[in-house]
Formats: sequence, structure tokens, C-alpha cells
Amino acid sequence: MLMKVKVLCEKLGLSVIAGNEYLNREIKSGYCCDLLSLVMSKADKGCCWVTVQTHPNIVAVASLLEVGCIIIPEAIQVEDNTRKKAEQEGIPILSSDMNGFELCGRLYSLLGEGR
Amino acid sequence: MKNNKPSIKQTFDISAGNFSVAGSASSRIKNMLKRIGIDDKIIRRVAVATYEAEMNIAIHSHGGTLCIEIFPDVIIIVAKDKGPGIKNVALAMEEGYSTATDEIRAMGFGAGMGLPNMKKCSDEFDIQSTLGVGTRVEMKMYNKE
Ligand SMILES: Nc1ncnc2c1ncn2[C@@H]1O[C@H](COP(=O)(O)OP(=O)(O)OP(=O)(O)O)[C@@H](O)[C@H]1O
Ligand SMILES: [Mg+2]
Repeated sequence: MLMKVKVLCEKLGLSVIAGNEYLNREIKSGYCCDLLSLVMSKADKGCCWVTVQTHPNIVAVASLLEVGCIIIPEAIQVEDNTRKKAEQEGIPILSSDMNGFELCGRLYSLLGEGR
Repeated sequence: MKNNKPSIKQTFDISAGNFSVAGSASSRIKNMLKRIGIDDKIIRRVAVATYEAEMNIAIHSHGGTLCIEIFPDVIIIVAKDKGPGIKNVALAMEEGYSTATDEIRAMGFGAGMGLPNMKKCSDEFDIQSTLGVGTRVEMKMYNKE
């Protein structure tokens, strides 16, 4: 199922860390991994990517793959440089209080089986 | 008729270290390919391959260059660095093999998937490395519709 980033934010209580202007983007699927070269080979264009990494390189990965948004679980603090780079590259970064397991479970039930 | 003249060639310097912000050369390459109107699937393969090459230079080497040459029928990427070189290239090519430090792994690098990813994304892949001299990776992606 397709869902706008802002709808995901509303349904899951996510806060927007960066990329307020890009919340109308449609999310097609989800992917969860913290190993960047695995993400590089597996994450789909237009997915929401769940990761605990918060350094600026995650924005490079997301932008190269045209990932729809990045979601950080456990309310982990995001580095300022990452936030700035995300604004520049147009990648929304969202933050959740949930842990990765809960967050992915909720995302899965909203987005269905799109990986 | 084959056109021997490259339509575009660009070289980017990649410095060692500073890998949390690396990735800008691959971003610029991707934007360039988009502008030219290269097929999306090929752009994705080039993006993955150049990112992994750029990160390997930034993380594992003393610095180097990433060069892309776009011909009408093929895209050629050459990543070259100033050492230290790879002792066992066959081992380095194996999925999961990595010499990344714990600190680098904690940042999500070091899955040992970079070189295998590059190979997977290329139609032709060649790696040459000499200890004490450096490493040269050449990748070709056929630019077909
Ligand atoms: N340019 C290079 N110079 C020296 N050693 C290299 C270079 N590129 C790769 N290596 C060696 O080959 C190993 C495997 O590289 P590969 O890119 O597959 O994995 P990685 O960089 O360790 O992890 P990942 O790419 O998954 O983040 C590296 O750990 C390193 O030992
Ligand atoms: Mg690598």
C-alpha cells in the first residue's frame, strides 16, 4: 500500500527531524538494516528505511537510492550535520520513541507486504 | 558506427578518512547521469558501485581518485588509490570479509559487501592491487536501453 510520509507520521506519532517540505512523498515499502552496504544492495527506491545510524553518510545512502524517508527508532539523537545534509538533499528524517521491533511491526501492518 | 570519443569524463579526488561525510563524488556522478538522461536502472547500478568505491578509498586507503567516463554505449568507472594495497584480493572479494575496525563497524560500514556489490552492479569488473603501491578497480556498465 502507498502512504504519504505525513500520514505515516500521524499514524505512528513520528516527529520530523528534517525535510518538512517533503512529507507528501509516497512511501511504497520498508527496509530495516544498519549495515550500509547491505542497505545499498537491498533497499528499494521509495521505501522508508529504519536505522539506528545517525551520521551524515546515511543521507548519502538514502539520496543515492532515492529512499523515501529515514526513520530513527528509540528517539536516538540525530547529529546536526546529518539534519543539515538531509535538508539539502530533500530526505525526510523522522524520529520514533518506539524500538526497532515495534516500529517495524507497525510499519509492516500499515504498508503491507511491500518488502 | 562506434564513437571512440568520450562524451563526458570527470575525475573526483577522494581523501582518506572523513568517511562519515564521504559520498559526495557519487552524488555528483548520479546527478550528472540524471541530467544526461541515462536509464534509471543503470543510474542505480552506477550509484551503488561508485558509492562503494568512494567509501573504500575513504575508509581503507591513503586517498585516491574516482573517474567516470561516459561513452554512448558504455560507462567506465575507475577507482584508483595510493595504497596500502590489498594482500589477498580473492579474500577481499568474498562476501563478509572485512578488515574494518570496530569503530568503523559501529558506524555501519564493514559488512564486507562493498566489493561484491560493485561486482554485481557491473557488466565487467576488474580489480588489481599491489601491496605498498595501491588498488585499481575498473567497472564497465553497458549503456543499453
Ligand atoms: N581501496 C582499498 N585499499 C585497501 N584495502 C581495501 C580497499 N578496498 C577494499 N579493501 C579491503 O578489502 C576488504 C573488503 O572490502 P569491501 O568493500 O568488500 O568490504 P568493507 O569495505 O570492509 O565493508 P563494506 O563495504 O561492506 O562497508 C576491506 O575490508 C579491506 O580490507
Ligand atoms: Mg567497502
